[in-house]
Amino acid sequence: MATSDSTIESQRERGREALLRTWSDRPGFMGWLTTVDHKRVGRRYIATALVFFVIAGILAMLMRIQLSQPENNFLGPDRYNQMFSMHGSMMMFLFAVPVMEAVAVYIVPLMVGARNISFPRLNAFSYWIYLFGGIMILAAFLLDVGPEAGWTGYVPLSSSDFSAGKRTDFWAQMITFTEVAALCIAVELVATILAMRAPGMTLRRIPLFAWSMLIVSLMVIFAMPAVMLSSSFLISDRLVGTQFYNAGEGGDPLLWQHLFWFFGHPEVYIIFMPALGMISSIVETFSRRPIFGYTAMVLALVATGFLAFGLWVHHMFATGLPPLGNSFYTAASMMIAIPSGVQIFCWIATLWTGKPIITVPLLFVLGFFALFVLGGMTGVMVASVPLDLQVHDTYFVVAHFHYVLIGGAVFPLMGALYFWFPKFTGRMLSEALGRLQFWLFFIGFNVTFFPMHILGLMGMPRRVYTYPSGLGWDLPNMIASLGSWVIAGSVLVFAFNVFYALRAGRPAGDNPWGAPTLEWATLSPPPPYNFEEMPVVRGSEPLWPLDTDLPVMTGLAKDKREALLTTSTDALPATRWAMPDPSIWPLWSALALTVLFVWSIFSPWGVVWGAIPLAVVLTVWFWPKRSEPSLGGGE
Amino acid sequence: MSLRGLRWGLAAAGSALLSACNTVQSALAPVADESRAIVRVWDLMLWICGPMYLLVLLALGYALWRNRGNGHGRASERTLWFGLLGFTVLTAGLLTVLTAQSYVQDRRLHAPVSDPVNVRITAKQWWWQVEYLDADPSKQFTTANELHLPVDRPARIELRSADVIHSLWIPVLNGKEDLIPGHANTITMTPRKVGRYRGQCAEFCGLQHANMALDVRIDDAAGFAAWQAHQRTPAATPTTPSAIAGRNDFTAMACAMCHAIDGTDAGGVVGPNLTHLASRHRLAAGALPLDRGTLETWILDPQRHKPGTNMPAVPLQPQQLSDITDYLMTLN
Amino acid sequence: MSSRFPSEVARAAVITIALVAVLAGCERERREYHSSPTSTAQPHSRLSGLQPGDMLTTPVDPVGLHYENNAYHIAQGGRLFRWFNCNGCHGNGGGAIGPALMDAQWRYGGRIDQIHASILEGRPNGMPSWRGKMTDQEAWQLAAYVRALSGNVRKDAAPSRREGMEATPPLTRVPSQPPRAGDDSAQTVPAP
Repeated sequence: MATSDSTIESQRERGREALLRTWSDRPGFMGWLTTVDHKRVGRRYIATALVFFVIAGILAMLMRIQLSQPENNFLGPDRYNQMFSMHGSMMMFLFAVPVMEAVAVYIVPLMVGARNISFPRLNAFSYWIYLFGGIMILAAFLLDVGPEAGWTGYVPLSSSDFSAGKRTDFWAQMITFTEVAALCIAVELVATILAMRAPGMTLRRIPLFAWSMLIVSLMVIFAMPAVMLSSSFLISDRLVGTQFYNAGEGGDPLLWQHLFWFFGHPEVYIIFMPALGMISSIVETFSRRPIFGYTAMVLALVATGFLAFGLWVHHMFATGLPPLGNSFYTAASMMIAIPSGVQIFCWIATLWTGKPIITVPLLFVLGFFALFVLGGMTGVMVASVPLDLQVHDTYFVVAHFHYVLIGGAVFPLMGALYFWFPKFTGRMLSEALGRLQFWLFFIGFNVTFFPMHILGLMGMPRRVYTYPSGLGWDLPNMIASLGSWVIAGSVLVFAFNVFYALRAGRPAGDNPWGAPTLEWATLSPPPPYNFEEMPVVRGSEPLWPLDTDLPVMTGLAKDKREALLTTSTDALPATRWAMPDPSIWPLWSALALTVLFVWSIFSPWGVVWGAIPLAVVLTVWFWPKRSEPSLGGGE
Repeated sequence: MSLRGLRWGLAAAGSALLSACNTVQSALAPVADESRAIVRVWDLMLWICGPMYLLVLLALGYALWRNRGNGHGRASERTLWFGLLGFTVLTAGLLTVLTAQSYVQDRRLHAPVSDPVNVRITAKQWWWQVEYLDADPSKQFTTANELHLPVDRPARIELRSADVIHSLWIPVLNGKEDLIPGHANTITMTPRKVGRYRGQCAEFCGLQHANMALDVRIDDAAGFAAWQAHQRTPAATPTTPSAIAGRNDFTAMACAMCHAIDGTDAGGVVGPNLTHLASRHRLAAGALPLDRGTLETWILDPQRHKPGTNMPAVPLQPQQLSDITDYLMTLN
Repeated sequence: MSSRFPSEVARAAVITIALVAVLAGCERERREYHSSPTSTAQPHSRLSGLQPGDMLTTPVDPVGLHYENNAYHIAQGGRLFRWFNCNGCHGNGGGAIGPALMDAQWRYGGRIDQIHASILEGRPNGMPSWRGKMTDQEAWQLAAYVRALSGNVRKDAAPSRREGMEATPPLTRVPSQPPRAGDDSAQTVPAP
């Protein structure tokens, strides 16, 4: 009846207004500084990570200019060594892990049907710490105090005898900054996925992207402490003269390698596994059928996560460890190809039995198949001890890891950015420019990195600022350098596409792709409160078939910030949980921690005196607020 | 794109890439037992990984092609599960084959050897100290940046480092092994072909990692014995006035602080042993070819050719520089 | 996107951090592989504190000040200390048949240019003269390292420990011991 319809409608309108009042940030600049909205934090995280990507990419192009000719003098050895160290460190620590986590920070709460991420102020803190760490290392590099021992920082090259000054100290402390940021987000994601899912989203109905982020976050929690430990030992050796890595006094340079690679190998899976989740979302949507073999997919993700921790010695095959031990790691490194193969099969089976439409996101996924599988094949090659003893530390390995990292992570990331850009901004990116970007990237990437396989087999080691002519390396290097310009072109196309779409892109609706997961059940971009009412999930593709009503659960308060906590396995509603208001204290805490970290680069007393302001701001942040206690039970 | 253009493009790409082939530093041009064992692994990898890659791409391509238009809809889930199982078994089986081959060839790399030539290589930033060991201490000698080995006889090389981690890599002979301070690694190589080859440091070791090469020469047994005997002799006594003046300058000035020339008063152990410098192929660990001109410019300013190297630019009068260079060029 | 990125704040922050780092880090971090321009005149380090009339203080050679505050040169000096066998007479700084270098006692002056002069000129009772046996830059590097042994360099420029057997306490932690006996002008070291 008309009267009750308009009454319902005006009730809903008042409800939306109340939610807006409750969940909106403060206006203007203060609002920007104090926000705890996971979407705003996620967006700035993605944007910052992409800025670091571009900077690191420019460093790579400068390196390629130097290497385009033998015995070139475009860059001297000191500058070149700093550049490849910065390129690797920025890409691994400041781009690859943060951007994947950032996409998850934005998407996962929406995908599981929550109002916000589990620890919103910690989320904001994580961004500030990440930003300050990135600014620190960038400033250090611009002042000729950048890292010079590679992104892996092997001792004794990175010890104070051979790396004088504060270069390596800045680098080691940057690791601490970024690992703290990554750990914060990992904890938030685990809590969100396990405790804040929409009612009815049982384990069997969790989208594969959320599964992959859950496993990745657990991996982060187990792996990051190893590198924090190793970099702290290094800082301690360099600052106060401990002997962790000093063979002459009972330490061992190999200790660094073990600790670093215990983190370092899971790290590359931490980078690559979110991409696996992104691919599942994209393949599912554009095949218009659920992913085949859901259970196998989840088990494959779990197996990959576990196995990733048992492979690290394959980075150390040349160090003289016992051969039988090395063979164990060959077997384990080969084994991890099996779950990846399972996933490849399931995706292809989905496309085979679905109704695929080739959009730009799917195009990037197809690029993933071509590039990552090749990288996986060379990965099987370097897993073998004897073959690795030839190609380790050569351009063959450089080719391998760029194929798996760019093909396996950046291509799906680009696809995901095209896929979720309408949700982030409410506008569509241009399909035509997207295809142009894809082809430039795909062609440029292969032209740049495929010749490197040959170079490595032909004897060219890595991390060399020049090479002699007469060994046949000249032409492949020139080709690789030319390819880097094509990649640069594709990045420019992407940037142009983004900026143009922000201004004048076609407006997207709630669900322009007809995708099945919950983030598409709300506006584009979502309002600050994400969902008016909590969606209730009855299957693993909640929005399919399209245009059927999505059941919702009412009852959360609209006049204060509340989230619904549900049980871990069956997602039955359990608690209404008070969520924090916007706060400036995450920013102050990040600043205080930055002061502590940077001071301790120069003096060990920085840890002591810097802890005082940090303790103060953390106390203020965590001071219990006089608010209503969270309500238990089923009301 | 026309078919002709595609063929031309592929041919150009192929030949461009193949131009990288060389025979002195290539892992695919093995001349020793060990490196040949590794190439056997490489061959099997290519034969298995190549077709698997093509299989995946073909399956993907077919999946898209068959569904062009509006798609064929679902196929039987049971068929797909069987397919998954079969694919997993196939993958696991092929990986097992590759692991087995890897293991077998790895054992070949560590096979015990009899009557090896014993060498100790100590890596320093950024050069190689090469000592030939012998049960009789008077037969031991030290050289730098070159490794001579006899063909058909194994060499057992002890690997030491004086500063940071380096890695000895002579691709035509064997894979690489790291030289780690505090560790005593060894590597064996059994060359089977006479010739001149090149090795290079393969673990980033600082500023001049790029210029830390090793000249490798495989000789027949007689040639190697002759070389060894010659290396054991002290430096040639200079005869020309400039060479005599050069020797006197060498021992009186900064040179002798770091360098040793057997048979003279110069006994420094910091830098490379120069007793038979002029018999070497290249200078400064491969950074420069060795002839009178390059030697002179190197001594005049090492930092110009290898910035950051530990050899300083010693201030010399032009006549002193010329004399010292003359002297060093007599050290065959 | 509805929020504006506060580029002004970010820019200001970066500039401030950069300025602070510049002021602190320039001298310490510079790497020169060629010899820096050396003073062509012979060093005028005074060896005696006795002087009629008012005390004349000679300023420290600015070249020396540069080496003293430069982390790379101090570290290289440490390597040269071992390579040129200074250990043979001075131990690892604790002294043996030669005097200790880690303490505050300096017979011939403990300023960096005085140490540099002692190395190159030699001194009575056994210190050889190394002029012509090492370059001027190497002598400055050694002098800088010797200063570090007594804690007289910036703590953030000193290397902490050497690789190999521990020879000295970590040089970042040794207390500063300004030179005492010897040249009186060494007691009023002008500010760098």
